[in-house]
Amino acid sequence: MSAFLAIVARDLRLGFGAQGAMLTTLLFFVLAVSLFPLGVGPEPQILARIAAGVIWVAALLAAMLSLDRLFQTDQEDGTLDLLAQAPLPLGLVALAKTLAHWLTTGLPLSLIAPLLAILLQMEGDAIPVLLGALLLGTPSLSLIGAIGAALTLGAKRGAVLVPLLTLPLVIPVLIFGVGAVEAAAYGLSAGPHLLLLGAFLAGALALSPLAIAAAVRLALE
Amino acid sequence: MLHALANPARFLRLMAAIRPWAAGVAVLGLGIGLAWGLLYSPPDYQQGETVRIMYIHVPAAWMGMFIYAAMAVASATALIWRHPVAELVAKASAPAGAAFTLICLITGSLWGKPMWGAWWVWDARLTSMLILFFLYLGYIALWEAFDDPARAGRAAAILALVGAINLPIIKFSVDWWNTMHQPASVLTLEGPKIHPDILWPLLITALGAKGYYVWLLTVRVRAEILKRQARILRFAAATDRRAG
Repeated sequence: MSAFLAIVARDLRLGFGAQGAMLTTLLFFVLAVSLFPLGVGPEPQILARIAAGVIWVAALLAAMLSLDRLFQTDQEDGTLDLLAQAPLPLGLVALAKTLAHWLTTGLPLSLIAPLLAILLQMEGDAIPVLLGALLLGTPSLSLIGAIGAALTLGAKRGAVLVPLLTLPLVIPVLIFGVGAVEAAAYGLSAGPHLLLLGAFLAGALALSPLAIAAAVRLALE
Repeated sequence: MLHALANPARFLRLMAAIRPWAAGVAVLGLGIGLAWGLLYSPPDYQQGETVRIMYIHVPAAWMGMFIYAAMAVASATALIWRHPVAELVAKASAPAGAAFTLICLITGSLWGKPMWGAWWVWDARLTSMLILFFLYLGYIALWEAFDDPARAGRAAAILALVGAINLPIIKFSVDWWNTMHQPASVLTLEGPKIHPDILWPLLITALGAKGYYVWLLTVRVRAEILKRQARILRFAAATDRRAG
């Protein structure tokens, strides 16, 4: 457990630092969302109708941004070789790094989303649901994205490949995430959507570390 | 059986034995099925002559899904038993699957124009096929992204398995998304039972498409095996030159 926490703490220090991608990712997210009113026009009804979709799509894209560096920097300086030889199973190492990725992208992104929702005229009742759905959905993005990041280790054009491999796989998160917010906006229960998001997360949490570990091991051979 | 096929030379002999039969099934199935479907089957009472697009559209959709399943099984075989030929079967399948999926999408949009009045409708089935197409493209792109074929093959195999696990979830979510966003305006096959005059040419065409896929596999896997042998020979020659 202490090894797990040590990896998380190390990646957090790297992520929060000046070189870290956290602020850039957050800035990209805010910028991408603010482009939409400029693109589709400032009518409040239209903005309110598309707010959930816009925020979720921007979150998906923002989560992809820093993924290609998730294992690559560690592979370049040899850290990954050491981590692979540590007594901690490689699946847990992968999980620790993914958790750190989520803490520096998914979490801050979710926390700032309510502010953007207000800018996009979202229903007041839907905003807490948006926050909950993002908190429940973005860990899945990090988990599935980490598979893509590990698979493309050492690949040509890895940075472009990761979104290409990952985005089709996270479509369910987008659909259920937007579904939860829209249900709340129409006064329906968001429960089923949130449960499905949770189910997807539970599945991803159980299976992704296996795939990530297999892919990392492959890259280190 | 599995281990016997891991020997590329033996696999090549088996491929050579299957090839003419697969070609025969492909030519007869596609020939008879398409001629029957496109020329001699009755037009639909609602859709008229446009129903004939279905004789290409539906077998292509089946093949698109079937080949992804075949790819997943081959990838699992490659990962679990380190089976060298299974990896090549998966690699050789991907472009065929992508092509069938694209045919399904194009014929679907051609059919959609007269029936729905639009080239593209975000219908659940079309959307799922589009996502399947993206999955194929990602798989092919991953194969191309590495210089070392051994590394590429196993990374691609892991991706194919992740995709295969996720695919039913994506399908379910898209179905649900579709019913949330638009009312049922879509004509589905489940409605009226399919008449035998339509069903038979459809099944025969589908069988022909399967034969075509098998034939294509025998050709493409052979090419892949020869390509790898050529690569090894080239390396050996380069080493010899340096040594001599």
